[in-house]
Amino acid sequence: MSAASEGQAAGQPTWRWTRSTLTFVILVALLLVSLAVSVCVGRYAVPVDRAIAIIWQSLHDPTAMPEAIDERIVWLVRVPRVILAVVCGAGLAISGAALQGVFRNPLVSPQVLGISQGAAFGGALAISAGIWGFPLLALVFVFGLSALALVGAIARIDGRTQIVTVILSGMVVGALFSAFVSLLQYFADPNSSLPAIVYWLLGSFATATWERVLIATPGIVVGLIVLWSLRFRLNVLSLDEAEAKSLGARPDLERWLIFAMVALVVGAQVAVSGIVGWIGLVIPHACRLIVGHDHRKLLPASALLGAAYLVTIDTLARTLTAAEIPLGVLTAIVGAPVFALLIRQHYREKGAG
Amino acid sequence: MIGLNQARVRFGTRTIFENLSFSVPRGECMAILGPNGRGKTTALRSMLGFQRLDGGERQAPAIVGYVPQTASSQASYTVIDVVVMGRAASLGLFGQPGPEDFGDARAALERVGASRFAAERFDHLSGGERQLVLLARALATGSDVLVLDEPGAALDLANQQRLLGLLDGLRQARDKAIVFTTHDPNHALAIADTALLMLPDAHALKGPVHEVVTPEHLERLYGVPMRFVALSGSDGVAQRAVLPAFAGARAA
Repeated sequence: MSAASEGQAAGQPTWRWTRSTLTFVILVALLLVSLAVSVCVGRYAVPVDRAIAIIWQSLHDPTAMPEAIDERIVWLVRVPRVILAVVCGAGLAISGAALQGVFRNPLVSPQVLGISQGAAFGGALAISAGIWGFPLLALVFVFGLSALALVGAIARIDGRTQIVTVILSGMVVGALFSAFVSLLQYFADPNSSLPAIVYWLLGSFATATWERVLIATPGIVVGLIVLWSLRFRLNVLSLDEAEAKSLGARPDLERWLIFAMVALVVGAQVAVSGIVGWIGLVIPHACRLIVGHDHRKLLPASALLGAAYLVTIDTLARTLTAAEIPLGVLTAIVGAPVFALLIRQHYREKGAG
Repeated sequence: MIGLNQARVRFGTRTIFENLSFSVPRGECMAILGPNGRGKTTALRSMLGFQRLDGGERQAPAIVGYVPQTASSQASYTVIDVVVMGRAASLGLFGQPGPEDFGDARAALERVGASRFAAERFDHLSGGERQLVLLARALATGSDVLVLDEPGAALDLANQQRLLGLLDGLRQARDKAIVFTTHDPNHALAIADTALLMLPDAHALKGPVHEVVTPEHLERLYGVPMRFVALSGSDGVAQRAVLPAFAGARAA
């Protein structure tokens, strides 16, 4: 490469590099602030320095049982809750971004594949049968994955799957599992299991414990890492099928790898916090406005913003009123209007371009 | 090298073509001509492996530089991000493009004369500019086979001339096998070495372009009377073009 084109080539990326670095520094800062606020505020306020000291001390000696009330609140209640909110928020947002890329459609979300509905049925079934704890989580997970497998079985025609058949099969399977959930609610005991199912379906991190962190985190983290590693491949997979094939991708196969990772993330998330909607839709859209459509930037940005967003929503859920507001309700109340604004912004830009 | 050997494709009971055999070695540029529905695109898709063959086989390298007629993607990537996707095959499933891949992408953009768009958004470009970018992406794959689906079909005359000039430059380098489909026999006369005519009754004719692209053959091909016309090119050299007899206004 000649010296002149070298200079020209170097000039442009340097500017882009600094700009996108700045964006990511801001996103990380946003996440850290939301974490600090969430750990410190609440019915029992803890100063930031004291909170850091407690976390430092507990990390140093994890076996010691916290004694003081502020230690117990920070280490046993708020820290696991915040960790769950971080991984779930990041997982849902990155899943949404990945699915929208694969489907070439900005309106799909994990709900589209029927995974959430399948997982919800697993949870409702467990609660109706009086099963709690780890077996409940296992049932949620198994039904989330079986919903995906069912979608795969229906959509695979003559040995290949087309995107439109996947979406239609996802709708069918989702509707089926929703009906099963309604049936369970109809037959549930109105004094005990019905309120439990309803409350669980609305979504909450109120039951967060270290045990639940250990249950949900590995699956979500694996999903996050694999999806993040596929960020360049997602650019290729978002092209027309023939184009993607000509560039060396195997769209049929690689799509299912992405679906499986999304099922892993969503199953684990629903298992510990019920149905939390809208994040996979709103966050990737907002990130596209900030960092553009390139999945190499979109996926990490979505993960960071999704984590910060869900932590903030969870903080609001437990501090706005005396009783906790269900998460799913808040994400929808905040998400729907924000999404409406984003759609207008998106299509205005498109019209201008 | 790319080609088909005794290939047969049927849609239901309809045979699109059978016993279709041809091969395009490195350094040759072949045009595929035929009316709508005669299997031009099917032949192209068969070569690329997108169309299942009911008989016969295809010969092609693992990666073929493919230039679609239009990019159907709605995604709004920047031009350089689109071109660097040409490197995907060599990067594998989890690979990320590095500085070298971006270097290759920039070189490919330079080769088609589209470097100035590098940082612009692909969906903000005009049709002609998009086709140049897609050609750059095909070059960035590093494949020695280039397959183009009706290049220039949606372009205005100036952009057609530019694209044909560019493809002719690639042909003169003689380091690639180039195959393109076209509706315009003059595109074949301008830049192809050989031509494949998809004649009626699932029959195909391949040969050097000046023997195959003649008014007689084209009349059989399109069912329209065709004539050669002599004209002098922009550089004063005498050229021959072929036109349908319905072209032009009746001279008084």
